[in-house]
Amino acid sequence: MHVLEVENLSFAYGENYILKDVSFTVEKGDFVGIIGPNGSGKSTLVKLMLKILTPESGKIRILGEDIRKFGEWSKIGYISQKANSFNSDFPATVNEIVGASLLASNGIFRRKPPDFSERVYNALKKVGMQDYGNKLIGRLSGGQQQRVFIARVLVAEPEIMILDEPTVGIDSKSEEALYCLLARLNEELGITIIMVTHDIGEISVHANKLICLGENGFTVHDTADPDSDRIISAIYGFSVNMQNRRCRNCDCMKRAGCD
Amino acid sequence: MPEIFQYDFMINAFIVGILIAIIIPCIGTVVVLRRLSIMGDALSHISLAGVAAGLVFGINPILSAVVFAVIASLSIEKIRSKIPKYGEISTAVMMSFGIGLAAILSGFVSSANFNSFLFGSLMAINRFEKYLVICLAVVVLTVFILMYRALFYITFDEESARLAGIPVKTITMVFTVLTAVTISVSSRVVGTLVVSSMMVLPVAVSMQIAKSYKQTVVFSVLFSVFFVVSGLIFSFYLDLKPGGTIVMTGVISLVITLLAGKIPGSGRRKIALRGDD
Repeated sequence: MHVLEVENLSFAYGENYILKDVSFTVEKGDFVGIIGPNGSGKSTLVKLMLKILTPESGKIRILGEDIRKFGEWSKIGYISQKANSFNSDFPATVNEIVGASLLASNGIFRRKPPDFSERVYNALKKVGMQDYGNKLIGRLSGGQQQRVFIARVLVAEPEIMILDEPTVGIDSKSEEALYCLLARLNEELGITIIMVTHDIGEISVHANKLICLGENGFTVHDTADPDSDRIISAIYGFSVNMQNRRCRNCDCMKRAGCD
Repeated sequence: MPEIFQYDFMINAFIVGILIAIIIPCIGTVVVLRRLSIMGDALSHISLAGVAAGLVFGINPILSAVVFAVIASLSIEKIRSKIPKYGEISTAVMMSFGIGLAAILSGFVSSANFNSFLFGSLMAINRFEKYLVICLAVVVLTVFILMYRALFYITFDEESARLAGIPVKTITMVFTVLTAVTISVSSRVVGTLVVSSMMVLPVAVSMQIAKSYKQTVVFSVLFSVFFVVSGLIFSFYLDLKPGGTIVMTGVISLVITLLAGKIPGSGRRKIALRGDD
């Protein structure tokens, strides 16, 4: 089942086309990496998928519905680049942040659901942060904060998670743990993951599909394709060596430190 | 009964002062956390210009202050949305405009009358003002409680709030109007120069010790009530101006909390430290 369909999508800032005739589909359960050099339009593509920007031409369908009519945004979880650049002195606990998301998905002016605390706890448990519910968000490390932001998305039980460079500003160990967590959510909960990243090596371990944006257009690859290195190198303009092909429950997951 | 409660004007001052002390930090928490503290200052100065305009043209000065403040607050939001990266420019422009206009118009009114708005007249509240503050308190508290969750989400992360389906624009507009009305009415009572301090000081003290957003709001209200009550008592017995005394109580409390935060093992939060995993 297509959860996202992008058809002949174009977007321009003034005369300058950032995206031209981009088409691809994302299936339920896909782990998609969006890669490309700086300024290639990765974040613009995400903003178009989230209806933050309106395309010049082309169509986007989310969960089978035209984006212009789509209203079930609680099924789409979004973690922005700015997620971990918030005011770290903000006096909010992990429970309050995750809880706010649950209340919003439930209808912000409606009554608290009876299983509110349980659902917040379960979302935190999925990311291994259940013991930090009463901690202030600013007191956590960058990696922990990122996991809380994932729990904030998970609590609304999304079908698709869209992440825009979520590893910016976190150390390499936390980055690795984040990829493993996303791979697990993708596999165990069947959540479709679409992630913008610069980290071609790490994304190629976990993603089954790569959307590469470059000056000369865009390409879509299956990471199992042995020709991927060459094609992506051509887009970046320098040699790119992808670490591994996609693997789940296999040795390379262990090598990536997921187990 | 203590002497202070034997006067009707003091009882009125306590009622009105406490009500204002409850509502201002509710607004103040959001204003401070959205880093819009200067907006309080700007709106109080615009209110002053409104007061002066009211006095010059023979309109009820509170009414003209409310109108001026609401128009200014909506203009600030409008300009802020046009230049989001330098949003504070809009507030600074409005503040300069308010001060300039108030200064010009003040030349046409008696200085005694104008001063009473500048420094407030908590001990000379009339019936109309008392009931106005009671109505304001009911409206502000009701709206604040209804919008509490949405305001929290928007204040913490506006972009995600919008994507989560929260009507960010509408809530921001309602909150902005509420802020403007609260500031302009409170300006009359505690004084233009005092109202913005009341919006920021209790929140600043509360943030030193609160361990959640909810606690920040509750402690801000408690501190604010404490500043007003103790400020009124000091001003009565020491024959000081009430507005200034309330602010000084707040400033001294903040200094004490900040100093207490420096004592090792005091458990107070100076700044959030990352990475205690």
